[in-house]
Parts: sequence; C-alpha cells; structure tokens
Amino acid sequence: MKQQSKHSQYDDKLRQKIDAMVEAERRQKAGDGSTVPARMQGRRRFLAAAAATGGAGGMLPRIVHAKAPAGAVERNVPADPTKEQGVPTGDDGGYGSRSQFEAETRWRFDTATKESSWTMTPLEQSRGIITPSGLHFERHHGGIAVIDPARHTLVVHGMVEQPKKYSVADIRRFPSISRTMFIECSGNGLTEWSKPTLKTVQGTHGLTSTSEWTGVPLGLMLKEVGLKPGAKWVLAEGADAAVMTRSIPLDKCLDDALIAYGQNGEAIRPEQGYPMRLVLPGWEGNTHIKWLRRLEVSDVPFQTREETSKYTDLMADGTARQFTFVMEAKSVITFPSGEMKLPGPGFYEITGLAWSGRGRITRLEVSTDGGKNWADAHLQTPVLPICHTRFRFPWLWDGTPAVLQSRATDETGYVQPTIKQLVDVRGLNGPLGSIYHLNGIHSWAIATDGSVTNAHHF
Amino acid sequence: MPITSRGMTWLGLSACAVIGAVGCAPQQPRNVPGAAYSGAKLNLGTTPSASDMSGYFSYPADGRGLPPGSGTYSAGEKVYQAKCLACHGDKLQGTKLGDRLIGGRGTLVNNNPAKPPAKTIESYWPYATTIFDYVKRAMPFNAPGSLKDDEVYAVIAYILGKANVIGKTEVINAKTLPEVKMPNRDGFTSHDPRPDVRSAD
Repeated sequence: MKQQSKHSQYDDKLRQKIDAMVEAERRQKAGDGSTVPARMQGRRRFLAAAAATGGAGGMLPRIVHAKAPAGAVERNVPADPTKEQGVPTGDDGGYGSRSQFEAETRWRFDTATKESSWTMTPLEQSRGIITPSGLHFERHHGGIAVIDPARHTLVVHGMVEQPKKYSVADIRRFPSISRTMFIECSGNGLTEWSKPTLKTVQGTHGLTSTSEWTGVPLGLMLKEVGLKPGAKWVLAEGADAAVMTRSIPLDKCLDDALIAYGQNGEAIRPEQGYPMRLVLPGWEGNTHIKWLRRLEVSDVPFQTREETSKYTDLMADGTARQFTFVMEAKSVITFPSGEMKLPGPGFYEITGLAWSGRGRITRLEVSTDGGKNWADAHLQTPVLPICHTRFRFPWLWDGTPAVLQSRATDETGYVQPTIKQLVDVRGLNGPLGSIYHLNGIHSWAIATDGSVTNAHHF
Repeated sequence: MPITSRGMTWLGLSACAVIGAVGCAPQQPRNVPGAAYSGAKLNLGTTPSASDMSGYFSYPADGRGLPPGSGTYSAGEKVYQAKCLACHGDKLQGTKLGDRLIGGRGTLVNNNPAKPPAKTIESYWPYATTIFDYVKRAMPFNAPGSLKDDEVYAVIAYILGKANVIGKTEVINAKTLPEVKMPNRDGFTSHDPRPDVRSAD
C-alpha cells in the first residue's frame, strides 16, 4: 500500500479510512478468536469467579461492579438461583433489557467525525431473521436528529393538486400496513472489492438489517394529494443536520413505498429516523430518508449531492452509473465466520442469511470446497419477499482445510455472482472498486486448526 | 382495539357520505376491510401556509427556484477562508475532515485496484446546481444552513474558479449557475443496466 501514499492527499484520506476501519474492527474484536467474543468470555469468567467467591463464603451474593454491556443492567448473580428470590417484577421500570451476559454491539467505523459515520450489525451473533432494533445498522451524515413528534410535520407539495402538511398524529391516522423487510446500505462490503480486508462478518456484511416496519403506503398519501400530469419524481428530505435528500422515481412511490413510524412493534428508533422514515422495499438504504419532513413531487430528479457525487457507481471506463437503486440477491455465512475458531473436527451447522431486493429467495446453495461442489441448504420458513432469509446446512468437518461459500438465487432467477464476475463487468476503479453494490459470493477459509478467516476464492 | 374499530366505522360513514355527495355509488359494502378508504379522500392534514414552506428548497439542474443574489471569486475566497478552509484545506485539497474539492480530472478512467480515482467537484460532479443545493443545506459542517445565499453563490464562484471550470471574473447567480458546463457533465448513465452479470451455470 506504500504506492498509494505517493498519490494525492485525497488518496491518503481514502487509505487512512480503510486503515481506520481495519483498526476499529481489530479493537472491537481483540481477543482469542474463539466462537465466543473475547469480551463476553472474559465477562463470563469474571462473573463466574465472583459468584463462586460469594457462594464459597456462604454470604449473600456480592454486587458485581463490572460495567454492564450496552443495553443490559448489571445484576447480582447468585450462586444458585433456586435458593433465593429473583429480581422484583417491574424493577426494569417497565422496559426490559437484555441479559448482562450478552455483549454484542454495533461497531462504528473510525470516521473523522462521529456525526458523519456508520455502525454495523453483529451478524455473527444473529439468530433467525429479525435484527433487534438496538443492533440495526446506522448511517448518519449529520448525527442523529432529536425530534419532538409534537413539533414534527411532513409536507407533501410540488406537482400535486392539494399540497398538505401532516402532523405525526395525522400520519398515524392513515390506513397502515406492516412488512418485515431488510434494509441494506449499498456500501455494504465496500472494503472487499479488491482483496479480503475486514476480518469479521460484521465488518464485511454488517450494513444490512431486518425489521418489521409499520406505516402508511406512500401511494395512498399521493392519491390523497392528487398528482398533476407530468409528475415523475419525488424528492424526499430529512430533518437532520445533513437535510438529506434523494430523488425517487414516482413509480416506486406508488408501488410499495412506505412512510414508516413503527419498527419491530414500537415507535421507530431515533437512529432509524424517529418519528418517521421512508422505506423503499429492496432499494439501497440511502434512499430510505430518515426523519422524513418533506416530499416534493417533480417532473425531474433534483440531482442532489447524494445521487451524483455519492451513491453512483464509477466504472473502469470512467462513466458512472446513476440511480442504481435495487439491492441484488446476496448471502453470507454468519456461522462459522471470520475470527471464529472451530474447536475440532465434527458436526457443525453452517448458517447464514440471504436476501434480495427483487423478491423472495428461492434457493440457497452452500459449498465447502470453494465453489467446486454445491448443495442446497434448508431455508427457514416463512420466506418473505425482500427480507433476510435464514439458511441452515449440516456439515461434518473432517479437519482438513475448507473454503465455505453460500450462493443465493431469487424468484427472478437471478443467481448471486462471484466477486470476479462483478469485477469483470464493472472494473476495479481503485481499492474500493465501484464502492457500491458489491453482492458477490463471500468466502470463509477454514484452516486445519479450525481458525476461520476472510478469503477471496473464485 | 375499541378506538381503532370506532375510528374505522367513522371513516366508513365519512367515505360513504363523500361518495354520496359526488354522486358515485358505494363500490364496496361497509363491512369489508378497506371499504372505509377505497376511493374516498381521508381529508387528513392541513394546507401548508407560505410560512410553513419558507424554509424549504431544492434546486434541480435547470436552476428553477434558485434565489436572488450573486457572488464572485474574490468574495468567495473570503467566505472559503472563514468557513470552509479548516476542513477542505487551503488549496481545496481536502483534509481528514473534508473532501477534496478540485483536481482529479483524468483519474476516472482507471482499472487499477491500487490507485483510487479522485472524485472531486471538478472531476466528478455533473451539475453546478448541486453545489448550491448541498452547501446551502448542509455546510459548513459545524453550522449547517448558516450561509447567506450571496455567500453560497460566492463560494461556488471561488471553487469553480480554482478548478478552472469558470474564469475568475465571472459572476455566479441564479441565471449563470445552471449554465456552467461541468467537466464530467456527460459522465453518467441513468439507466440501471443490472442485472449485469449472468450466472456461468
């Protein structure tokens, strides 16, 4: 990488950014590389020791003064939970928290500011298809807006018959629907174009998450205000410090777009756009404008900064693709995955996630020999369109080196390509390739000692 | 929930009343889910006032709606030094905090994984109107939305002058800004060609 430093300072900035990502991931995952994150193992040992001390002395269990993981409350751990009463009912204030023994968290890229930054979902610990709201990935361009719903409004104007201003209460009176869907940042995996870079599945794939979203079909709202002839685009604008804007084709808005105010059964989280966000099923995350405050109907796209200088895909020939919205079929094995260590030969259930912005996953194949042979994995039902789909594959590891891969097929017949196939078409314009929309087959290499590492294997 | 049920009944009646008023026959019986809002206006929300809309803007490439005012290279240099230089550097070269703004022409055609392209305003941005829209809404980072329209026009004149996209004596305003031909104006394709990879199987 020395060669890059001879280039301009911009190139240095890019290199620093990649180095910072690698470093941030290293700090997060520093430890012994077993299947249980080191931080959690350490905690378990510590708590067990504390409990043992309390029990051996025959005294009341001692309060453990270690700091609880984010989202947990530190509780006294009795030597034998059958011999004393547990935590009083309602002691959590009426809003529950997770176990103090579970420590997985989103981790933030070490970007220059904490306002324009992103965090990634710890997919290696994920179970099923739902991402807990507190672990849903984030991408902010001007920090997390703090908004009082009593003062927030959504205006709909431009090429409409009747411009409208809606309060949050108005929005919640509209007929509503709920859909369980993934949202994926189109930059997910941007470090992996030219070589394996980040070590864990959180780093390579953690910019995708699934929630149940509840809200108003945007098409219904547009019908309410009435569209003028010639309307073709809708600008969506957020109420954050970036005043984020994207132009959305009207057809998508009328088809399945949602103004979401609910997430996983409660109000949408602040970092997901409270009190409301746009959800565009299957389209790149950046278009799902958070803290939504304005929709302007127009005959042309607005050519905003986010849809010109960013979120466009630069090809090797110097042209860039604009308005590449859909997230194509993709999958990744979450167990076993990078930085884990299999304790020895024997049975393992390979599991992971597959998703497609074009509909349902219809097939998921797993290879344990780097793509020479493939076999169908079991898909957990129900398989929902435009949603994380859990797959499972029983595997007997014989202790020899292996390369694990997964390959998704969706209901359009599209088959997840290799990274090489993508690069052959789009080129490799710099270390981050064309940055966005990397959906190639991912490889995890298993060494004879059971260690799992990120690999490129085509 | 009783509140929801009562609300839907009320909407159902309301919908029928509206349909009746415009002389249409009700299309669905009232006890069918969805009947309450099929075809009838919900009449939620209010009409936004001029003051409601006064803080909102967005300027497409043809420049419609751009505000009055203007700016020059020399005025923009002062704005840049006071408000932009700390993050974007004294030569507009970018820093750890802010993107590089100029240079980079000729770096977009590239198939070298070791050599990143320099995607700057000068080399990459297709429309000058985008600069106005973005700077006005989101810059400077520590005080977003704080620049006056004259300051935004001026800082654009400065950046584009430094980039040799316009001359240093040109005035940037609502009329001239959309007329600026950016170097990469024709560098974008807006028809998504994907799926662009077919399985070898």
